[in-house]
Amino acid sequence: MITIRKILFALLVIPLVVLAAEEARLDRAPIDGQDLISLQRGAHAFVNYCLGCHSANYMRYNRLEDLGLTEQQIRDNLVFTGVKAGDLMKTAMEPRDAKEWFGTAPPDLTVIARSRSSHAGSGADWIYTYMRGFYRDPSRPTGWNNVVYANVAMPHVLYELQGEQVLKTERVMRPEGYPVDVQKLVLERKGTLTPPEYDRLVADLVNYLDYMAEPASAGRRTAGIYVLLFLGLFWVLAYALKKEFWKDVH
Amino acid sequence: MAATEKSPVTGAGPFNGVLTWVDQRFPLMQLWRDHLAEYYAPKNFNFWYYFGSLAMLVLVIQIVTGIFLTMHYKPDAAQAFASVEYIMRDVPGGWFIRYMHSTGASAFFIVIYLHMFRGLLYGSYRRPRELVWIFGMLIYLCLMAEAFFGYLLPWGQMSYWGAQVIVNLFDAIPLIGPDLARWIRGDFVVSDATLNRFFAFHVIAIPLVLLGLVAAHIMALHEVGSNNPDGVEIKDRKDPTTGHPLDGIPFHPYYTVKDTLGVAVFLIVFSVILFFMPEFGGYFLEYNNFIPADSLKTPQHIAPVWYFTPYYSILRATTENFMWVLSAGLIAFAVLIAFSARNTRVWIGVAVGTALLLAGFFGIAPKVWGVVLMGASVVIFFFLPWLDRSPVKSIRYKGPLYKVALAIFVVAFFVLGYLGTQPVSDARTVLAQIGTVIYFLFFALMPWYSRMDKTRPVPDRVTR
Amino acid sequence: MADQELNRSKRRFLVAATGVAGGVASGAVAVPFVASMLPSERAKAAGAPVEADVGALEPGQMMVVEWRGKPVWILHRTKEMLAAVKSNDDKVADPESKRSDQPKYAANEFRAVKPEYLVVVGICTHLGCSPVDKFRAQPEPFESDWKGGFYCPCHGSLFDLAGRVYKNKPAPDNLPVPPYKFAGDTKIVIGEDGKG
Repeated sequence: MITIRKILFALLVIPLVVLAAEEARLDRAPIDGQDLISLQRGAHAFVNYCLGCHSANYMRYNRLEDLGLTEQQIRDNLVFTGVKAGDLMKTAMEPRDAKEWFGTAPPDLTVIARSRSSHAGSGADWIYTYMRGFYRDPSRPTGWNNVVYANVAMPHVLYELQGEQVLKTERVMRPEGYPVDVQKLVLERKGTLTPPEYDRLVADLVNYLDYMAEPASAGRRTAGIYVLLFLGLFWVLAYALKKEFWKDVH
Repeated sequence: MAATEKSPVTGAGPFNGVLTWVDQRFPLMQLWRDHLAEYYAPKNFNFWYYFGSLAMLVLVIQIVTGIFLTMHYKPDAAQAFASVEYIMRDVPGGWFIRYMHSTGASAFFIVIYLHMFRGLLYGSYRRPRELVWIFGMLIYLCLMAEAFFGYLLPWGQMSYWGAQVIVNLFDAIPLIGPDLARWIRGDFVVSDATLNRFFAFHVIAIPLVLLGLVAAHIMALHEVGSNNPDGVEIKDRKDPTTGHPLDGIPFHPYYTVKDTLGVAVFLIVFSVILFFMPEFGGYFLEYNNFIPADSLKTPQHIAPVWYFTPYYSILRATTENFMWVLSAGLIAFAVLIAFSARNTRVWIGVAVGTALLLAGFFGIAPKVWGVVLMGASVVIFFFLPWLDRSPVKSIRYKGPLYKVALAIFVVAFFVLGYLGTQPVSDARTVLAQIGTVIYFLFFALMPWYSRMDKTRPVPDRVTR
Repeated sequence: MADQELNRSKRRFLVAATGVAGGVASGAVAVPFVASMLPSERAKAAGAPVEADVGALEPGQMMVVEWRGKPVWILHRTKEMLAAVKSNDDKVADPESKRSDQPKYAANEFRAVKPEYLVVVGICTHLGCSPVDKFRAQPEPFESDWKGGFYCPCHGSLFDLAGRVYKNKPAPDNLPVPPYKFAGDTKIVIGEDGKG
């Protein structure tokens, strides 16, 4: 029987990140750059939740036609009044104000997915883990902290959707035989989305950020296949030519 | 050749007519003959000999892509980063031109390092080709400067802080350092002034010098003729009737055709990287450089681009402790020189020099010596033609001493390179110090081990 | 002997084939470089259509709107101005605007979608100066029987109230009409064609 207790139990114990070492291990972002619907949802989320504080100063609205949208759809659903489809995605917030309110200006997000890459994972992985890694921390001015970016100045913008997580420390026995303190994120208060729904939203958003960091990437790969096919043919011809002429020498 | 003399352009027809007209006023056919159709190159060029023509190809790629990038790039601190993203997104085909340039920059260094390695393998720097080698080393220095200046242009975090750190190195020079660094920057910190002048150096000043040096490099080479994997001088055995080297073949068509094949293979590798992994794991396009330069926030982990990391390692390895190692090495080396040259004047010179250097090692801060060692690690290559005292040119006929020394040197170079990408730690510093010692010993001891080495007899004619 | 002959033609074929492939490669690689010099997205966005609100534009008044870096004049013509246009056919060089740079919907008597609103690019077709307005129908030093229009101060070209160039003046053609359409009664979108 599905009791509230069982639901709460399932929700309470959701270990998102295990902090046994100094560096948070990153979750793999479950994104598919060819899933246009996911990208469209992500664009929508980006415009609604992020552009209020963050800019995307190098991205034009009308480029979103890459995602299978028409200019009319872009204008109707994604562009604020007074802004043209060919304009860059600027934010309304003044950097000066932002610095005053948050201590630091929210960074531009156009290429954030490229800048956050590292040996630990791709930039998309980083942002995916980050956006799901906020937890309540009364010692911080915003009341929030993050497992991926310690003492971040950004509050948990999506807390109403995800709910509120806390960081719980648990003593766990290692197989080698000694105890180690393991920190787990636990969902204390539910949000309007279930955890799988929230994860899906973040995945879409991250998918979009990954696309926005390099809109040309799909075209680049396609072009590459054609180029390599041609070069293969060229190589065959060049090799035959060399072998033919070098008969003289041997 | 007087304008009225018969020109050696055979055949009739309007094209040949134009050629003749030109040839009577410009040494066109002579150049064609001397440098292509009748430039006799050894017939046994192997894999290592592709990289000269590939280097020229990459130079052309960089210049052409550079020209087109300059049409859109803005050398202004407030606009530079945005202009690069503009090229990537708003300029039709801009992403392709940008990736060609960034991949080309790393490709240039890979090709050049392989090209230089060929020289180490076959003694291409030996007499009478010392000047070819010197021009080549000057090209290498210019290339490093070109890459350094170019890297500031995207104005990302790595661009900014990398430039800041390197220009601050000049600060370390005693007496004139701070003023010199200010003069180079045009400001108290790396700023818009610095960006604009680095742009001028990168786009026009150094490319002009590079083109001149490449021309000189090839002219010097053609004057004496190419070396080959056996180190045999093909001009020593000429055909009595034709006067051509017996083991030589005309560059055109044989090497034009072979180099075309080399170009095909190169372009395949180049395209795989450009189209499928242009960042190359963050080594060709560094992740931190996608963050706009922030003069108030240093990234946790500054490292130069991969092609500078061996030298960066040597710079960082020069700590206070290392000065003791250097002193011991200096004294040992002084003793070695003194023993080898039974000459009072040399002894006095060596003694004075050693004393001065020792005073300097402990009088002047280690960070200055780090810069000196880093510079010396590049400059020491210039002296190879005179350090190598082996009776034979090519590694094929050298003994085990040289082979082992070269192998250890290559390993040390790679290890130093890897260490340069990592943050500092005690263990890594010791490893880098060992690598530095090996690096310098390869050159410093070469006059002795190259002479002591057991060589094999060099054949008269080239082998396969 | 026959071997040599085969070699020669094989060589010629391979040289030609590789040469052609190399030519194709060079042509293909040239495409992005040439394309990069075309107007970028930034240039296209800057050249995007511009909206002009003519609700407050009184009859006899003109407003200037910038589009693609050029001045576009919107003149709210009075009935007298429209009559003046009708009577000017013999004074102008190209009365039916056969040579004019204008969209199909401007190919009418008044060179406009709605006769009351003249929309033209305010750049003289001679050498590019911007003519000044001389709307009053009164004798002028440059034309004793002046019915109103535009006078270019640089070299004296004259245009009537439909932007048509006078005969015997340095400017060869009528003022161009840009693509435009009405979005509602009082909004003109310059740079976009409407229906028909």
